[in-house]
Parts: sequence; C-alpha cells; structure tokens
Amino acid sequence: MKEKIIKALTFIGLGFLEPLVLLISGEEPKKNAELVLTKIGLPIVSILVFLLIWQAAATSLYNTELDRKVADVRLAQGEKAANKKKEEIENGDASNKPTTLPSPKQVRQAVVALWNDIQEVQTKKNEFAKKVKKVNKQRKAQGKPPIVYTGRPSFADQVITSLKTVFWGVMLAIVVAVPLGIVLGLGKIARDSTNWIIQIFKPVSPVVWLLLVSMVVKTVFADSKDDLAFTISFISVGLCSMWATLVNTIMGVSSVDNDIINVVKVLKLGYFKQIYKVILPSALPLIFTGVRITVSVAWMVLIAIELLAQSPGLGSFVWEEFQNGANDSNAKIIVAMFVIGIIGFMLDRIMLMVQTFIAKNNSL
Amino acid sequence: MEKIIELKNVSKSYGLGDDKVEVLTNINLTINSNEFIAIVGYTGSGKTTLVNLMSGLLMPDSGEVLYKGKPITGTSKERGIIFQNYSLLPWLTVYENVLLAVKEAAPDMQKEECKEHVMKYITMVGLAPAANKYPSELSGGMRQRTSVARALAMQPETILMDEPLSALDALTRATIQGEFADICEKEKKTFLLITNDVDEAILLADKIIPLKPGPNASLGPIFSVDIPKPRNLTTLNKTQDFLELRKAITNYLLDMGKERSGQLNESNPIVLPSAKPIRGASFRDKIKYAFAK
Repeated sequence: MKEKIIKALTFIGLGFLEPLVLLISGEEPKKNAELVLTKIGLPIVSILVFLLIWQAAATSLYNTELDRKVADVRLAQGEKAANKKKEEIENGDASNKPTTLPSPKQVRQAVVALWNDIQEVQTKKNEFAKKVKKVNKQRKAQGKPPIVYTGRPSFADQVITSLKTVFWGVMLAIVVAVPLGIVLGLGKIARDSTNWIIQIFKPVSPVVWLLLVSMVVKTVFADSKDDLAFTISFISVGLCSMWATLVNTIMGVSSVDNDIINVVKVLKLGYFKQIYKVILPSALPLIFTGVRITVSVAWMVLIAIELLAQSPGLGSFVWEEFQNGANDSNAKIIVAMFVIGIIGFMLDRIMLMVQTFIAKNNSL
Repeated sequence: MEKIIELKNVSKSYGLGDDKVEVLTNINLTINSNEFIAIVGYTGSGKTTLVNLMSGLLMPDSGEVLYKGKPITGTSKERGIIFQNYSLLPWLTVYENVLLAVKEAAPDMQKEECKEHVMKYITMVGLAPAANKYPSELSGGMRQRTSVARALAMQPETILMDEPLSALDALTRATIQGEFADICEKEKKTFLLITNDVDEAILLADKIIPLKPGPNASLGPIFSVDIPKPRNLTTLNKTQDFLELRKAITNYLLDMGKERSGQLNESNPIVLPSAKPIRGASFRDKIKYAFAK
C-alpha cells in the first residue's frame, strides 16, 4: 500500500511527498521528520516569505500612490479638500481609490469574487438552458440551429477556452512537426536544404506569427461562419510552439545509436520496418521531450496571442480587466497570473509523466 | 573443404589527409567451412575493423573480401554477428528481439513454428524464464546470451563474434565460455571469434591467428589447436599442450607489442619545446616578443 502510494506520487511528479507518507506510516521517524522539514517545510516557509515581501511592497506602493493623489488634490483645491480626500480614501468610500500592486488580501478577495461570478454565470446558463429547452426542440425538429447562450463568459469559461486553444495548437504542432521531422531526419539532403529556413523561422516572435497567420486565415477562411479569432489564435500557437518538436524529432531520427544501426544492417530490415521497428522507437524519448517543450511554449505564447487576437480566453480576460480599471481589476489580473502559472505547471507535469513512461523501456 | 571467407591483400584506413591512419595492411586470411578461427590481439589493433569487413558493414580500401568466392558488397543473412556491446533493441523484450531477427531471416515461417523456433534458441542459451524481460532488466551476461540466441536463431552459415565476452566480469565470462563451447559443438557452423583472451581462443578455436598491433596491423602465423574437443577450462588448465600453446601465443603477442612500441619510440620521439620564460620586460614587450615567436 505504502509503496504503491509512493510509486504513484513519484510518477505524477510529487516525489517530494514521499517522506511525509513514510512519516505517517511510522517508518524511521527521525530521518523522515527531517526530510519532511526540508522538503515540505522549507518550501512553505519560502512561500510565506514571498507573501510578506509582496505585502510590504504592495503597502509601500499603495502609500506612495495615496500621497501622490492627495498632493494632486492639494495643489488643485487646497489643503482642506486634500484632507477630506484622504479621509474618504481611508474610510473606503472614495470612488477613485489609488490603484497599484494589489496586496495578497485583495487578491484573496478577488478569488472569492471570481468564484462567485463563476457560479452566478453558471446559474444564468442553467436558467437559460431551461427556458430555451422547448424552443430548441422545436427548432431541431424544423432543422434550424439551436439557440445558444451568448452572455458574458465566466472566468472558468475563459480558462476552458484557453485550454482548448492550447490543445488544438499543440495538436497542430504535433501533426505538422512529427511527420515533417521524421522526413527531414531520415533524408540528409532534405535536412540540409531546409536547415536555414528552420533556423530563421525558429526565433520569430509569437506576435509576428499571429500577424502572418491572420493575413492568411482572413483570405482562406473568408466564407467560414466559425469564429476566425479562435482559428487564428490556435494556428499561431501551433506555429510558434512546433519548432521544439520539429528540431527534436529531426535530431532523434537522425542520431540513432550506431550500434542499433549496425543491428538494422545485419538483420537486413526493410525500409518501412526500419522506420517503425527501430528508428521511431529509438527517437520516441527525444520526440516527447520536444512535445513537452512545445506544450510549455504553447501555454506561454497563448496569453500574448489571445491578448492580441481578440480571441476569448485568459489572455483577453487579462487585457479586458486591464482596460476595465475597476477597483479589483488589478487583483483579478494577479489571480489570472497565478492560474496561468498553476495550469502551466500542471501541463508540464502531465507531459513529464508521459515522457518518463515512454523513456522507461527505451534505454539500457 | 570449401573456402567460406577469403581476404586477399586487404587494407583499410580511416581519416583523410594528414590524419589518415591505415589500420589494417595486407591482410590475407582464408576461413574454411565448419572451421572455428580465433583472432587474438591487443585492444585497438583493428580487430573490430577486421570483423566489420567480413560482415559487410565496412568496405576495404584495397584488396578483396570474398564470401564463397564472391565479393562481399554488404551485410547478409548468411553471416550472423554477435557484437561486443550486445546491440539489443532496448524497447523490445528478449523474445521480441529474437523474433524480429527470425521474421527477417525466415519470412515464410508460420506463426506457431516461428514461436517454437524462437523459444528453442532462447532455451538453448538458458533464458527461457526471462523471455519477456526487457534488456534493461537483464545483467550483462544475460544480454549477451540474448544476442547469441538472436544470431543463432537466424541460422546463418557463418557466425562472426566481435569480442563477445570482453565486456563481462571474469566469473560470468568463464561460465559463458563453457556454454559457448557446448553450443559451438552442437551447431555445425563456421565460426570466427575475435578476442583479446588467449585462454578463450584456445578453449573454443581450431586455429588461432594473432593480429599484430595496429596501425598497419597484419596477421601473424597460424597456431593450430590440436587439443581434442569437447574441451573444458578446468581440465584444460592441466594439459601440457594447452600450457605450451598459451605460452607460445602470449610470447608472440608480447614480442610483437614490444617491437611495435619500440618502433613508435624511434620514429616518433616526443620532442619537448625549448621554452624560456621572458623576464624583466614590460607587458607590452612580452606581447611583442610572443607575437614575433
């Protein structure tokens, strides 16, 4: 049981919890308590220190901003108005509070606000679904498309949209880069002749890819009724992130171990059998390392691309909140930042799991 | 007796221009059918190059390598190879590794027959209980046994062995040497063994040929082993013939090694540069002086 839990934890990349499991089961309490302290205790301490620094920075920035606001009023309307303004702000009933880096407390409040909002939108959606159920049935019978909810998306909807964009972007990257990488890896002439193009396009910024893709997509999908912004953003994500997979696949396929090549020669394997039975399995770990990098790059460029492409998702959420400028907008941006970080981390862990699983039987 | 492999005035070099090193020079060798030939030599003397030439993995620069009178143009199913570093496919189990080879060697074989055939050779090398294990789960000796099973299961006419046991520890090596002796007795084939272990060569081979150390390695005189088979290392150690033969071959190799290192020292003595430190000058002068040099 204990071993199983530890194995599972290590597999999903939470190996640092191992001493805790051992401590709970009462094995070598002294050694494991020490390990728990260093492996779990210290990270918690560092998070607390981080929160303290954040709090201090937020307070200091808030005070600076406050002083500046009061000083502005003093300059324009005199001492009396300035004092009144200061009092108003401190009591919290001023309409124009100073906005700056939000404190951890404000961010926590924003989390609650966002959570409530998610549930509110969900109930609205449910009500809407109930209302249009009958009508939609009729429309379906008549062969018309159903009426769908077109209200404001909640934060959760934005996250799901972003994940969807990344998923399709990564799929596109894999579908393009892996076969292309295999072809280029196998043929030295093809590799040499395309090397420059790859080297030149690899470092191009996501923003430029977005512009290029929108130039093309605008024409190609001009008659499409689908959401163009989504198409543009997922293709851009795919193009930005596919290079890691492409380069790794080329490398994996072209650098199969010499011993293994000798085996292939001695066994006299046919061309396609060589590829399926030997070259691909031997390149698989490198290909998946590439895919893992692709996923993390995709998630990173996604925000910037959504922000520019006006496509729904976390990127546009951040941008809208920034433009919105409400009292809790900054706090919501910070929440989005944490959500982006945590989802990125989880995606990476999932890919790491796949990678270790594949690499397990692939080396001596 | 039929001539299986013939090497005529074969030379092979690596590198280009000034870096060119001729590894093998004027190699002449004939291997007859059902003969067991061992080639012994120092590491780095070009043994692997020699076996790769016979397998068809390498082509000679000059001279010819003939297989049954026809020049070798590439690898062939008739010549199985056992590599020094096993060269198993790590993503396949023992069974699958052997199966892959059998399927290539005998594509017409029925599924059941194929399975039996593969298991027969895996059992022969004593790996039946580990048939479904991956190479990473096996010890070095077991990996080499798999490699042997793979080579034998292809049923080639000739088996080339490139230092098959030198990566193993002494105990495992002794065990597998014994097993090899039994298997070679059973399988009537032509064998070529490349090794750096004189005892191993005497245990297994009919003829032993020393390879003079490279570069420009060439073959020495043939020592034939007249000790009756089956041989056994423990009893062998007490036979006078064995001791004399071992002494003769070892002495020959040692003499050759001495001669070669002597030659190297005479023709290529290491010359140390006559460097003199520059003292008492300013940094600028030193730089100037250094550049002038």
